[in-house]
Amino acid sequence: MKNTALALGFAAALVAAPAFAQTAPAVMFDVGGKFDRSFNQAAFEGAERFKRETGQQYAEFEIRNTAEREQAIRNLARRGASVVVAVGFSNRAAVEIVAKEFPDVKFTLIDSVVDLPNVQSITFREHEGSFLVGMAAAMASKTAKVGFVGGMDIPLIRKFAKGYEEGAKHVNPQIDVIQNMTGTTPAAFADPTRGGELARGQFDRGVDVVYAAAGATGLGVYQAAKDANRLAIGVDSNQNHLHPGTMLTSMIKRVDVAVYNAMSDARKGTWKAGATSLGLKEEGVGYAIDANNRALVTADMERRINEARDAIIAGRLQVTDVTAQR
Amino acid sequence: MEDLVLQTVSLLASTVRLAVPLILCALAGLFAERSGVVDIGLEGKMLAGAFAAASVAFWLQSAWAGLAAAMLVSIAFALVHGFACITHRGNQVVAGMALNVLAVGLTAVLAFAWFQEGGKTPALADAARFRPLQLPFVAEISTVPVLGTIYARLLSGHNALVYLTAALVPLVAFVVFRTRFGLRLRAVGENPHAVDTAGISVARLRYQAMLASGALCGIAGAYLSTAQSASFLREMTAGKGFLALAALIFGKWMPIPTLFACLLFAFADALQGRLQGVALPGIGVVPVQAIQALPYLLTILLLAGFVGKAHAPRASGIPYSKEK
Repeated sequence: MKNTALALGFAAALVAAPAFAQTAPAVMFDVGGKFDRSFNQAAFEGAERFKRETGQQYAEFEIRNTAEREQAIRNLARRGASVVVAVGFSNRAAVEIVAKEFPDVKFTLIDSVVDLPNVQSITFREHEGSFLVGMAAAMASKTAKVGFVGGMDIPLIRKFAKGYEEGAKHVNPQIDVIQNMTGTTPAAFADPTRGGELARGQFDRGVDVVYAAAGATGLGVYQAAKDANRLAIGVDSNQNHLHPGTMLTSMIKRVDVAVYNAMSDARKGTWKAGATSLGLKEEGVGYAIDANNRALVTADMERRINEARDAIIAGRLQVTDVTAQR
Repeated sequence: MEDLVLQTVSLLASTVRLAVPLILCALAGLFAERSGVVDIGLEGKMLAGAFAAASVAFWLQSAWAGLAAAMLVSIAFALVHGFACITHRGNQVVAGMALNVLAVGLTAVLAFAWFQEGGKTPALADAARFRPLQLPFVAEISTVPVLGTIYARLLSGHNALVYLTAALVPLVAFVVFRTRFGLRLRAVGENPHAVDTAGISVARLRYQAMLASGALCGIAGAYLSTAQSASFLREMTAGKGFLALAALIFGKWMPIPTLFACLLFAFADALQGRLQGVALPGIGVVPVQAIQALPYLLTILLLAGFVGKAHAPRASGIPYSKEK
């Protein structure tokens, strides 16, 4: 009896504890973790910016395996988060299920689309940003061979690959683009050893600039590029600082802005459901120039890339979106 | 022609790099299992070693200090295993599994607490890593067709731990099959009662085997975090300890066949990275998924069909007690 009372008390404490979270937003990071220096870290930085500017805490969850997704989102929703931001395409199915269970809770899904009245879906036109860094790769390459290392083999990552390839071919139609995917499970975003080995394989085939769209796996790719004296292109976050002199540039995807906007819109009451796509025009994607790679990107390269950017924004230059073709 | 040679050599060099942790772990397992202790904890010891190596190499800016730390930590894990299943005659598989779970949790928690990078250790500078070494005369010989390429790209250009591993395989074979210690080690794994009757301590021999196992797993861990990569990452061993165990069984608990088993697994792994998107003659481009399944298919096929009857050391897995 005493035990039961204790258990009840404990359960009550558990229910009462998150009361502070009534208006706090929540964010769920994907496999790879919030310190992957890439995709998830961008989301983390957006959430941190929200905390800094508003002084409001946010709830967070880092999943360790895919089985936790649905449960984690449900927990965050049940605790009454003002908005649950699910970072990563893999959360699509889980968000769809949980959003139906909690029609009054707001959900923001990044990198995929769920069509429900309480879900905001934010996708990026990564192919546009990848096109620009593909041009940079082709102009920096001396061997006319450039490489791509993707994470999990899914349409989203193929979108990066296709844009990159088209960008490289835009500069040099004869260029060789060697592509590798790391794996077929989400673990492919967290395997730097394999990433490094794939990059070395490409270097042996003559590649001298490699672009990784592979989350934490990319860290191994950049290390291999540094070890072999080749150039590498970062992804999602500005990764130029990781290895100055090796990082040619980074394809920036403003996941941080998306997360920040979702959280602050929910706070201000201006949050809206529906699908949004962010590309070059909205400055949702782009390429990074800073002190770390200034010496690697010549004025001529920059001029040509900016011309292409303007042409894409104006609709004069089309980049294939492989995910739109199906 | 020269391009084909270059591709082959590059594939084999990749095989060597991927095989090193497998070989070291398999040799570690060989010591433990030959002494009669089933060592399913290879994975955990390697992971703990990888974390120790990356942390100490970062603090002291020395790869060798990292290696020493990795070996010490891994030996400590091995001794815990020994304490549970040699001294207290606990179940060897359960104790080994417990070590694996402990290593996964402990390394992540400590990495988070010490470095605040979400379970990673900070990236190591070149001075704190094992960097590729050039063998003598590489520049002169590399211009020679075929042989020069093989020398410059396959034999030269690896880090110190790769060459250490290459030296360890014959050394282990010698110790296990040509020394008194080796004879006793094998005997204690086959018939510990006979060894005990001869007045030799079974527990002492098994502890010595665990020391060797710990040291070798430590080197494997240091290789992962300070040679192959430049930092520790959560669960970076990714099942290599278990793959090494499979190679050990496939190699029938013999050093040289085990070496080849490890090389075969590593070759399949290296191959899958290079076959992607390459059109094979007569077949065309093979889907990525099929290629990525290759190492696992190979493992199942070999273990099911070609290895024949592998018989383990007879006393392996059985805690020794004088009374029975």
